[in-house]
Amino acid sequence: MTSTDLRILPRRAGATPAWPLVERNVVVYRRDWVIFVTGFLEPLLYLLSIGVGIEQLVGEFVLPDGRAVSYTEFVAPAMLAASAMNGALFDTTFGVFFKLRYQKVYDGVLATPLRPRDVAMGELAFALMRASLYAVAFVVVMAALGLVSSWWALLAAPAAVLIGFAFGGAGMALTTWMRSWQDFDFITLAILPMFLFSATFFPLERYPGAMQWVVQATPLYQGVVLCRGLSTGALGWDMCVAVAYLLALGSLGLVVASRRFGQLLLR
Amino acid sequence: MAPTATDRHGPPAAGRWRPLAGETLTPSGVPSATVAAVSGLTAATAGPEEPLVLARGLVKRFGDFEAVRGIDVEVRRGEAFGFLGPNGAGKTSTMRMIAAVSTVTGGTLRVLGMDPATDGPAIRGRLGVCPQDDTLDSELTVRENLLVYGRFFGLSRAECARRADELLGFVQLTDKVNARVEELSGGLKRRLTIARSLVNEPELLMLDEPTTGLDPQARHLVWDRLFRLKQRGTTLLLTTHYMDEAEQLCDRLVVIDDGVIVAEGSPATLIREHSTREVCELRFEVDDHEQVAAKVSDLAERVEVLPDRVLLYADNGEAVAQAVHERGLSPRGTLVRRSSLEDVFLRLTGRSLVE
Repeated sequence: MTSTDLRILPRRAGATPAWPLVERNVVVYRRDWVIFVTGFLEPLLYLLSIGVGIEQLVGEFVLPDGRAVSYTEFVAPAMLAASAMNGALFDTTFGVFFKLRYQKVYDGVLATPLRPRDVAMGELAFALMRASLYAVAFVVVMAALGLVSSWWALLAAPAAVLIGFAFGGAGMALTTWMRSWQDFDFITLAILPMFLFSATFFPLERYPGAMQWVVQATPLYQGVVLCRGLSTGALGWDMCVAVAYLLALGSLGLVVASRRFGQLLLR
Repeated sequence: MAPTATDRHGPPAAGRWRPLAGETLTPSGVPSATVAAVSGLTAATAGPEEPLVLARGLVKRFGDFEAVRGIDVEVRRGEAFGFLGPNGAGKTSTMRMIAAVSTVTGGTLRVLGMDPATDGPAIRGRLGVCPQDDTLDSELTVRENLLVYGRFFGLSRAECARRADELLGFVQLTDKVNARVEELSGGLKRRLTIARSLVNEPELLMLDEPTTGLDPQARHLVWDRLFRLKQRGTTLLLTTHYMDEAEQLCDRLVVIDDGVIVAEGSPATLIREHSTREVCELRFEVDDHEQVAAKVSDLAERVEVLPDRVLLYADNGEAVAQAVHERGLSPRGTLVRRSSLEDVFLRLTGRSLVE
């Protein structure tokens, strides 16, 4: 394949004005495909370390529907949610900041028929394509390791993409206010506690009453609820709340990011 | 068949954004293929008599700062039109409003017969923009920059590839096709930016200080390419603070200073109206040229005193130089030259263009 052959992508590229921006990112990443692989490796390594080591030290877990599952089976959907979060955030925060402030890619893009909202949609779409790849691969690995106990698990991959939509949209909106690379420490500061405490490694019931409300307010907790319900088949109404929450957060982020791009670039 | 105005609104579908060059007629009825493949001349919504850019009382404010303070501009099809002015005069702000990437604060503006406030995407689709700072995509190669950019205009991949190869030939970058943008010198980057701005076969090519920061050789190459585009019928709109650039490229220009237009016309007309035929420049070994100026001011129609020299404006510069020597004055340097736009600018604003 030559470096200019883009035919791995759908033919009707002109259908959405944002699509060429996705193509642009594909052209760039095709040279650095190794970066793609590393993004998938991290949560997988977590999963293996838990499955090989920690699972032996921890007992079984009892789900809301009364079934008992292994610790790895409990943690795996949370790793799926976290990997979707990280996958989408990388492109929409660091990637967007670099193109916005340093590389000035969007200044060139907005001199074409594309609008600020096309930039926001194009970047988010690409981040979600990446998140989708991770999600599908991760669900396949979970199934191969016997960590899913329901056909609902097939929906865990799209659920992970929804998590990517929420975090990608919110992350991109926040990125438009970033002044320097140092400001990204705030994102790390928000991500790490969320990764550790969003009912990822232990259930919500372990928290004292008021803390439960705080944990439930985080988007990753909502993502974990969704993925865990689907991978174990223990469904509940709280999953509908999670879907609505993630959809709303992602949409809000997309709208805010579009407006901010306009303010910053079309002055 | 030419698309109608409504066809051009909103994002285009791939491949039918604009008629292919070979199928269209220029307003004069000449098949555009014979004009040139790279030409920007195609059937347009704005008729031949309607200006491509029409600004009336155009104002741009950033907070309390008024960058553009009510300017009137009319750019006609096929001409090369220039904004001449020093840095900070409001040239770039005006260009950005015309390019539909900056909101108009006051006055009216029509570009290609459309309103930038509501038809931004449609206008941008038919403009070529070569910004002052290169906004090339440094993560892409030279050729990929053109391929990807063409896609933003809704062109098919095959069409992008065809135009990329043609344009790389036009700006003489054929041997750099697979180079990374970072490897290019300033002159090569500018040529690539020009090629990129032509990928949608624009009707109006806008260039913001196209040769600022380039060495003399690179400047001449850029001028040569722009001159060819002009010959092919592409309408050029450029800003510059170089008088030689304005004289070489522009059919008509406006002199802009502090957000307002201070003069308008062809380079020759401006020089004729605001200056004399020749200028005699005198440099003396003194700290204050004002004192010297007093002794020779009666020899010329007009005298300008700069920190390092005295300018005597007269139709016969040699005669003035002769008379200065006859008065027993011996300048360290004497230069007789023809008037330039620099002199026009000095006359109108009392300041030099390039400081």
